[in-house]
Amino acid sequence: MFNKIHDNIFRALNSDFLYSFKHSPVAIVSFIVALTLVLGAVLAPFYAPHNPFDPATLNLMNGFSAPMKPNQFTGEVFLLGTDDQGRDVFSTILYGMRISLFVGFAAVTFAMVLGVSLGLIAGYVGGWLDALMMRIADVQLTFPGILVAMLIFGIAKGFTPIDQRDQMAIWVLIIAIGLSEWVQVARVVRGATLVEKNKEYVQAARLNGRRSGGILIGHILPNVLGSVLVIATISLALAIIAEATLSFLGVGAPPTKPSLGTLIRIGQGYLFSGEWWILLFPAVTLLALALSVNLLGDWLRDALNPKLK
Amino acid sequence: MLAFAIRRMFQSIIVLLVVGLVAFSMFNFVGDPVDSMLGQERTDADVERVRIQLGLDQPFPVQYYKFLQGAVKGDFGISYRQGRPVSQIIAERLPATLELAFVSAVLAIIFGVALGIFTAIRRNGWAANTIMSLSLIGVSLPTFLIGILLIYIFAVELGWLSSFGRGDVVDLGWWRTGFLTKSGLLAIILPAITLGLYQMTLIMRIVRAEMLEVLRTDYIKFARARGLSKRAVNFGHALKNTMVPVITVTGMQIGSIIAFAIITETVFQWPGVGLLFINAIRFVDIPIMAAYLMLISVMFVSINLIVDLLYFAIDPRLRLDKTKG
Repeated sequence: MFNKIHDNIFRALNSDFLYSFKHSPVAIVSFIVALTLVLGAVLAPFYAPHNPFDPATLNLMNGFSAPMKPNQFTGEVFLLGTDDQGRDVFSTILYGMRISLFVGFAAVTFAMVLGVSLGLIAGYVGGWLDALMMRIADVQLTFPGILVAMLIFGIAKGFTPIDQRDQMAIWVLIIAIGLSEWVQVARVVRGATLVEKNKEYVQAARLNGRRSGGILIGHILPNVLGSVLVIATISLALAIIAEATLSFLGVGAPPTKPSLGTLIRIGQGYLFSGEWWILLFPAVTLLALALSVNLLGDWLRDALNPKLK
Repeated sequence: MLAFAIRRMFQSIIVLLVVGLVAFSMFNFVGDPVDSMLGQERTDADVERVRIQLGLDQPFPVQYYKFLQGAVKGDFGISYRQGRPVSQIIAERLPATLELAFVSAVLAIIFGVALGIFTAIRRNGWAANTIMSLSLIGVSLPTFLIGILLIYIFAVELGWLSSFGRGDVVDLGWWRTGFLTKSGLLAIILPAITLGLYQMTLIMRIVRAEMLEVLRTDYIKFARARGLSKRAVNFGHALKNTMVPVITVTGMQIGSIIAFAIITETVFQWPGVGLLFINAIRFVDIPIMAAYLMLISVMFVSINLIVDLLYFAIDPRLRLDKTKG
């Protein structure tokens, strides 16, 4: 057992994969940026100067402080300034990023679980089930993902009771973005499954008397996971941007629990009055996050693609 | 060709029927239409009367059929929030969106194709490399940030262009256009660039990739060997053969332009159907959501259909393959 773990670690450290990572400056930089942002968001409660969700810690007199300058009433200094309600912009960004990342990861996980299982089944079983699923996918692909997400958000909002809409918004957002992205996953997994299921090792497993479920999970799934990992990374970047877009449009995270998109929406209101920091810092954070994840996904696609080696 | 066209049209009709079913289900299952039409003080007789009036007492397929009948005529009922017929509200706002989409599509195609050819011919020049790197940033920037950035530069800092609305419009009776006034033309510049930028970079990248591919082929080498001018080789031989994928992608992108107009319209407070749709979502105004859904699906499906048929008509090689296989 121990030897096996040791073996695996040894293999991982000497793999082509790690070699390609070490020799790609873009991958290293974007990995560091993404990791810093994610850790910064996850650990925010331990070091953020304020908790922006707790109205008791806010002082309205602190509103509109410029970055690194003492406030004209209270004399307090804020690293990235404050917004209209006196919330510290640095803290709201950290907490906003938590929401953006949570929605992103949850939506991608949801899309992956749905897409991988439906794709595996469609590819392996075939027949009318496959035809039905792929037709549904075709219909959905006719429309851009963001439009599908908006529509699902609207419908789901209609189902939630009015007094719970703000609390449910995050979950509705996750479902909407997840459902808008499962199609790509399902199509890729289905394609890979169609290729894998005719290979000798699957036939051997079948002759051994393994059941279809066992073959799917034990044999085919591990062999299609490579392509799933690539889509998952790129989907994460897309999901973060989709969440920000929806929240920016006012059909996402509520102002009481702002995500990065909501913060940009709030900041846009002060563009003309000169409080640039309320808008600029959340926007830069969103860009850094989306860009680094996107570049990581690009590198992953090239690194895992044997044709390019 | 004919069989292909018929099959393709059949598929389109099925897509529309499915979308219609979704829109119809929204009406019936999201909230209670009777509730939203009657106030607090109502009797059971009122409820029954409205149910019959709305046709809710009839079986599901009959209701769906009636809904489709209405949809074909453009009748989607009355907006819950504004209390006016949905078709009227949409007809008022559609010109704004179509004008915006038209201008950004034209910008995207002209600049996309031109820059694509330029970057392909001067493959390793510094200008081409700069354009390619800039396009990478352009693709990664979310649309709404591009809009805000443009507003900041051209409206806040420079003060050249307006940051919201359509400017003055001229009423032509059935179409309110912003093309005929100076403020209308100035107002459309920023939103059109915001909306078209992504499509422009996409078209540029495809034209470049296709051009590079074609420039490597033997018949281009032969054309050069014959001593044809650079111009004739690049435009007469190479560009012509890159057009098929370009047309497909461009066609597909026109649909996306109309969908992404929702974001641009919100940033610039452009009074089109996209802004209407976003507000309908925020206030759960089902009739407007359903009507917008149907409208945009008809557009998407017909654009896809036309592109597919065009594809077939333009590229003779495809026709040959299909008849053989």
